[in-house]
Amino acid sequence: MQDLAILFRGNNLRRLLGGLGVTLKLSLVSVALSIALGLVVGALMTLKNPVLKAFFRLWLETVRIVPQLVLLFLVYFGLAKAFNLQISGETAAVAVFTFWGAGEMGDLVRGAITSIPVHQRESSAALGLTRAQCWRFVLLPQAARRLVPQAINLTTRMIKTTSLVMLIGVVEVLKVGSQIIDAARYDAPQGAIWVYAAVFFLYFIACWPISLAAGRLEKKWS
Amino acid sequence: MDFDFIQRFAPMYVKAAGLTLRIGAIGILLSLAVGVLCCLARYFRVPVLRQIAAAYIELARNTPLLVQLFFLYFGLPKVGVKLSAEACAITGLTFLGGAYMAEALRSGLEAVDKAQAESGMCLGLTTLQNLRFVILPQALATAIPAIGANAIFLIKETSVFSAVALADLMYVAKDLIGMYYKTDEALLMLTVAYLALLLPLSIAFSLLERRLRYAGFGNSVQGQ
Amino acid sequence: MNDKPILEVRHLRKHFDGTGVLEDVSFAMREGEVIVVVGPSGCGKSTLLRCINGLERPDGGEILLDGARIDGAADLVKVRRQVGMVFQSYDLFPHMDVMGNLTLGPVQALKQPRAQVEAEAEKALARVGLADRAHALPRQLSGGQKQRVALVRAMLMHPRLLLLDEITAALDPEMVREVLNVVLDLARDGMTMLIVTHEMRFAEAVADRVIFLEGGSVLEDAPPARFFHAPETDRARQFLASFEFDAVRQPPKD
Repeated sequence: MQDLAILFRGNNLRRLLGGLGVTLKLSLVSVALSIALGLVVGALMTLKNPVLKAFFRLWLETVRIVPQLVLLFLVYFGLAKAFNLQISGETAAVAVFTFWGAGEMGDLVRGAITSIPVHQRESSAALGLTRAQCWRFVLLPQAARRLVPQAINLTTRMIKTTSLVMLIGVVEVLKVGSQIIDAARYDAPQGAIWVYAAVFFLYFIACWPISLAAGRLEKKWS
Repeated sequence: MDFDFIQRFAPMYVKAAGLTLRIGAIGILLSLAVGVLCCLARYFRVPVLRQIAAAYIELARNTPLLVQLFFLYFGLPKVGVKLSAEACAITGLTFLGGAYMAEALRSGLEAVDKAQAESGMCLGLTTLQNLRFVILPQALATAIPAIGANAIFLIKETSVFSAVALADLMYVAKDLIGMYYKTDEALLMLTVAYLALLLPLSIAFSLLERRLRYAGFGNSVQGQ
Repeated sequence: MNDKPILEVRHLRKHFDGTGVLEDVSFAMREGEVIVVVGPSGCGKSTLLRCINGLERPDGGEILLDGARIDGAADLVKVRRQVGMVFQSYDLFPHMDVMGNLTLGPVQALKQPRAQVEAEAEKALARVGLADRAHALPRQLSGGQKQRVALVRAMLMHPRLLLLDEITAALDPEMVREVLNVVLDLARDGMTMLIVTHEMRFAEAVADRVIFLEGGSVLEDAPPARFFHAPETDRARQFLASFEFDAVRQPPKD
């Protein structure tokens, strides 16, 4: 129990929070890129072009089936070897998460758009609304209500998945935790349980409010 | 591309894939069991158990598996609980998966119309009979797509177990990269191995989903 | 007819969120009697039925079946095995075929041998004109067919008392008759039934007694000839007059 103090020794707590900052920064940058790209991808996915359809299908199945860690390795080690391209772990992480997120987000956007009954389009036409007005007042608000909670959920999934980047050498909160434990191996041998509990807790307080918000919005808008 | 190398180390991948699959399968089954228990505790509003289930689900869903795993593998031994890497992997996967399965089952249960339960009651079925013959079959049919997605998600998540020195697919790939610098081959085999594991599963679940939808489960006409 | 009441409702009271739906409802019914409950929407007709087979817990009063209290009875399962109920929305089990729906209760709840139940079910299906639909899934049936199956499903439990809650309200007009004919048939066989309906012509044809419920209590309790042609209260007259008008205008169903 006395090894709990390891958390408060020196600037350990600050380092952990700094690590959490790296985690959040990576995930938020990836989420922002994913949403921006995903909106475009999703709009393209609703087109009936068979080549585009096949391409997006392949993309989506790839990010759904190949584990994110494998994707990280492919980009971090594979690219480096294949094109002699040395990229930092953080760049690799953002690239992989955006590749994954834009695919998933695109599919969410596609789902949100196609979920609106044709009837809605027809009745706004019957009211004399222009195409643009129809999107602005009828279709987009309904699509957004479906989309926003799911996009928020994608954010928590990204935050959780960033824990993997320590395995390609990025120093984020979990890695900082391991470093603290290593440094205190002799004077606080029981430190590991407290440090990892703290990391666990940090992730939880980062993700839980976001999950709650998503759940709340989903209930409110369904 | 060095095909001799691929041939030489392919058996290692097959063996590792077996381990990944075994841990994945055990984890998925235990997750379903935990999921059913949590879901029932909440469905029947069992006091205390229901709150514990709710708290557990939030904790497991809002933390990464890798962190859960480090806590189990590196943290717990410090207070005298020593688990093997494999036991940690299965425990971690079940901890994570149980929460996801509970949520999938819950949304299935919620999709069953309340009138269905009342009709069952009106036929004089006991609560358990009603659950078994009327409610669960419909809830499971609705939950199958989510359960399938969870199963694939859990097998994907097993890739982090290499971090606690479990000789799974990821571990073998890292090993080969580290030892022989055969990055291309190692990563190719890694990707192929995961595709071989997960593609059939993904296809099987989408077929099952289509069949269930065709059967029209949970599709009763309620009024007009 | 036996004079001892099969069902007795005494001073039944039920509130939802502080508003009274049933304030003080009392009546009794004898074996083989058919009572139709009528009244404006929201007068508590459905709630009355739901209280009788324990889907809702009354806030006051007593309900007796064959002289024994059944309100708040510990063994609701036992009560429901004696009191059948059919709903407006049929509520067949979508994952079972017609035969599966019919045999579930008798086989699982009453532990009757499956072969015997199936034979009986086939006979009952033939009687309601559905002999060839035993292995259809609910979604393959029309609304009228579904409702006839739901009636057979309730009857195969051989209930002491059958509760029918607006069973034709969700049906297209041309299907109403086929369902009501089944109910008339049951009445002729001496089935004890408590029926909530908006079909006044049917009510007049099937009822031994009519109960007019309004504001949570019984305003009239009379034979159909008297209720429909010489109602005692102004409220009942207004209620019946609304149907005269509606008969021309085809009212929206609630």
